[in-house]
Amino acid sequence: MMDAPLLPLFILMTSLLAAPILFALPERSARLRTGINLSMAALKVALVGWLSLKVSQGGIYDLRFEMLPGLEFKLQADPLAILFIALSAVLWLITTVYSVGYLEHGPHRARFFGFFSLCVAATVGIAMSGNLFTFLLFYELLTLATYPLVIHRGDAASLRAGRIYLIYTLAGGLVLLLGTLGLWVLAGTTDFVPGGVLADVVAETPLAAKLLFVVLIGALGVKAALFPFHAWLPIAMVAPAPVSALLHAVAVVKAGAFGIMRVVYEVFGIETAQALGVTVPLAVLAGITIIYGSLRAITQDDIKKRLAYSTVSQVSYITLGVALASPIAATGALAHLIHQGLMKITMFMAAGNLAEGLGVKRVSQMDGVGRAMPGTMLAFSLAALGMIGLPPLAGFVSKWYLAQGGLEAGQDWVIALLLGSSLLNAIYFLPMLHRAWFCDAAAQRDGAPGRPRIGWMLAAPPITTAVLVLVAGGFANAPFSPLEWTRFIVAIEYQE
Amino acid sequence: MTPDLDPMILAIFLPLFGAIAAFMLPRAAAVIGLVTLAMTTGAVFWLAQRVLATGAVIVPLGGWGAPLGIDLRADGLSVAMLLLTSAVGFLVSVAALDSLKGADQARQRQYFWPLWLLLLTGMNGVYLSTDIFNLYVMIEVIALAAVGLTVLSGTKAALRAGLEYMYASILGALLFLMGVGFVYMQAGQLDFAGLIAAEPSAAMSAALALMIVGLLLKTALFPLHFWLPAAHANATAPASALLSGLVVKAALYIFLRLTTYMPLPDEILITLIGALGAGAVLWGGVQALRAERLKLLVAWSTVVQIGLIFIAFARAGQVGLAESWKAAALLILAHGVAKAAMFLAAGRIKDEIGHDRIRDLDRAPVRPTLAQFTFALAAISLIGLPPSLGFIGKWSLMEGAMSAGYWHWVVITMIGTLMSVAYFSRVLSAFLRFDRVRAPVGEHQGWALADAAPLTLALTAIGLGLMAAPILRFIEIGYPFGAAL
Amino acid sequence: MTPDLIYGVTGIAVFGIGLVGALCAQERLRRVLALKLCSVGAGFLLVVGAWREPPDTPDPVPHALVITGIVVMVSATAVALALIRRLQTLEAEDDA
Repeated sequence: MMDAPLLPLFILMTSLLAAPILFALPERSARLRTGINLSMAALKVALVGWLSLKVSQGGIYDLRFEMLPGLEFKLQADPLAILFIALSAVLWLITTVYSVGYLEHGPHRARFFGFFSLCVAATVGIAMSGNLFTFLLFYELLTLATYPLVIHRGDAASLRAGRIYLIYTLAGGLVLLLGTLGLWVLAGTTDFVPGGVLADVVAETPLAAKLLFVVLIGALGVKAALFPFHAWLPIAMVAPAPVSALLHAVAVVKAGAFGIMRVVYEVFGIETAQALGVTVPLAVLAGITIIYGSLRAITQDDIKKRLAYSTVSQVSYITLGVALASPIAATGALAHLIHQGLMKITMFMAAGNLAEGLGVKRVSQMDGVGRAMPGTMLAFSLAALGMIGLPPLAGFVSKWYLAQGGLEAGQDWVIALLLGSSLLNAIYFLPMLHRAWFCDAAAQRDGAPGRPRIGWMLAAPPITTAVLVLVAGGFANAPFSPLEWTRFIVAIEYQE
Repeated sequence: MTPDLDPMILAIFLPLFGAIAAFMLPRAAAVIGLVTLAMTTGAVFWLAQRVLATGAVIVPLGGWGAPLGIDLRADGLSVAMLLLTSAVGFLVSVAALDSLKGADQARQRQYFWPLWLLLLTGMNGVYLSTDIFNLYVMIEVIALAAVGLTVLSGTKAALRAGLEYMYASILGALLFLMGVGFVYMQAGQLDFAGLIAAEPSAAMSAALALMIVGLLLKTALFPLHFWLPAAHANATAPASALLSGLVVKAALYIFLRLTTYMPLPDEILITLIGALGAGAVLWGGVQALRAERLKLLVAWSTVVQIGLIFIAFARAGQVGLAESWKAAALLILAHGVAKAAMFLAAGRIKDEIGHDRIRDLDRAPVRPTLAQFTFALAAISLIGLPPSLGFIGKWSLMEGAMSAGYWHWVVITMIGTLMSVAYFSRVLSAFLRFDRVRAPVGEHQGWALADAAPLTLALTAIGLGLMAAPILRFIEIGYPFGAAL
Repeated sequence: MTPDLIYGVTGIAVFGIGLVGALCAQERLRRVLALKLCSVGAGFLLVVGAWREPPDTPDPVPHALVITGIVVMVSATAVALALIRRLQTLEAEDDA
């Protein structure tokens, strides 16, 4: 098979170069725009498939050029990067289909899809960054590309939400800049290396290293919606449904969680971080976020807000798994990166369909929606049960590994935390399912509204991802399943 | 002996003859202007290639040579400034073709080109001069041309601002002239080599102080910035772009050179200059947050950026000066390109919408998409977001400050960044707001060729960040001056 | 007190008076005149600096500087005056 050393660059370019073309297209060339969007997204999936095959065969990709003396722009395709770009490539394709359907007659589509592409490009860049400096470049690009998407509706409420989003994320970005500089000054490199680059610094000046850890995790915690930096996420819910779906499942919160992984594993190194005594506090913070997010979710009536708080909670599973410093927990964390993405994107697309098809935006309006939109609600229900952790769905697999990892790490409280969190998940998800399937719609809506009309482009994507949730959980041990790939990564990060 | 045709001589005399020709033949002024600029840019590229190949170049004008005659000298830094000036100048000129095409702008068209070419003569002269008296003459040429450009629109506001600018310029020049005189009395020489050789003394320090105050007045460092916002905000768009992007850089450049040849005697002074920069960042930021007009906001952002450049200069104290000028130079280049783009874009927006009141921008049913996009890109570089050249400059600034343990500069830079996000997002969010528009918004308003030049500039400001390493290597050629002599 | 000291102090004083006027005066014309005063003070200082105890002749270079300064100042004043006149015409039109 032919080899292409520039493969990571091509993958980046599929969405980066699509953006200016999409911006330049006139508003009315909808077909051409959709064509470009879908073909680029499909091309990306194919390229990522090829890349992951090469990497699993031991291929090494490393592209770099000097931006400042000694400081490189560096792209690499290690297994951890592959995990994230595979997720973003697949979900980009699905979300693109959904967005085309969702925005069929809306204004500013050229702008929307342009920034949408940029957003995916930034995510892919984040995944393949070979050092913290490159990571920072894409991390800021992600902020800039998502802001116009969040305020896409262009009304006062969106702008207010956008402002809060921008304040949080740019402040976080600025702190990350500080942290990156600190790393550069302290260690003389910002490279991501399994095992970390800070062992010497930690030995010499543990205080500076601790401070650096706090700064970096704090900066990344903003996007990862770690308590107490989570407030922007529920507010950003004013964005159109596909944007929320992408923000929650792939782009923004995942970028933060992914960054935390890189920092803990490849900047500090898990052993060094443990020796520094920073992993347990991080795990506790993640635990607090998990419980806090779930508690807040229970009281939300707005469907998207409830889902948003659920994201606050669920994304912290990833951080928890990283911070537990056990290979098994790490497996759970990495698997959850994928699983949570699949489940949450399903739920947001389903919520978007409810709003589009039935005008249902609140939990209290959900009576009988299962009968009105069975496909959508079936997908939603599968994802919700997965979130709660029902076997054999995807969420169960990650929680199982996290719990085992907690035991392995000697942190028994993690079991109680996970059980409590699952209980809370059930408390806020099951009433939604109950209303949808078992309550009578007549009580709420006047007469029978008839079949809601949503096109296949809206109906199919959530069903597809729901099937993936089922597959990822049911066939967790098959080759090339997220879980299997995860084990491959953990072996590298723990240098076994 | 007649000098051979030399790119340095061309870079100064082409625009001078162009200015005279454009003044004599007002009907052909635009053509003369563009051709002259293209040729000057060509000469500068020729010079750049020569410097790249052989290092710093010196040409004695008229064959006399220092210390009696006038030497022209080009090293990496001066060529970088020349490239900035001619490349940005060329694109601004292209934009000026469109923005001065109105029927009521005949007068502006007639005088824009001669004044601008004269300005170019002065700036190229500054970047190639090797003695402080020559510098004095050149900054006077710049001042007269720049005031002319400020008042080009002929409005009362522009005239008042231009007059303020004139006062500040005269005063700055007199201070500089006195400094030059004192240096001569102490050192007996006016060329840079003489400055380097001169023994440091109290009198030399006083002379340096006079020159520096004069330069700070001309480059508008807080609190001597009072003339700048009105002048830059009320000038016509291409003139604003030239004034903000290029003109203030000439005095800044002289400041960098002088402080290299005649080191500031005390750490306190460097801290003081940094503190003035910090004052500019904070005060300019507050004023930009309060500005009601788009162009005024952009002008205040220039005050902020000048402050940031001085912080970069002071970032690591006296010990760090050998490296700090590079951070300052990066920020100078970044600001030159991005601010020119931003002023041109602001001018386009004002032309298309019909006003530049920030609070009413979102009521406009006309949205000059491309100009707004250009504005946003320029803002990215000015805020210092990656991968723009502004980001690289800010990174260098903070890196040096952090390595030296000067955390206060890091903190000020971060505050300044947040403030710049705040004031630029006032404008950017108005671009994206639609619920206050009464009439339906037309799609893709303002796709005009006139946006090409500002968009090119803005994209360059972003893209140059990826080329920071070669840029840094280039500006170090033949530097420091003393070592090459 | 030597003559050059007297001249020097006078030059500084004239420059200072001009500076105060340039910064504090309200009227446009007055500020131009104040700046002229500054330039006279500066020129004075430079000429004094060129003075040498006879039989040495004065150093010509500062004289050259002063002459250039005068030329520059004349043109700058002309520009400033032109601006002031134009401004007054515009303001008079408004009042009318």
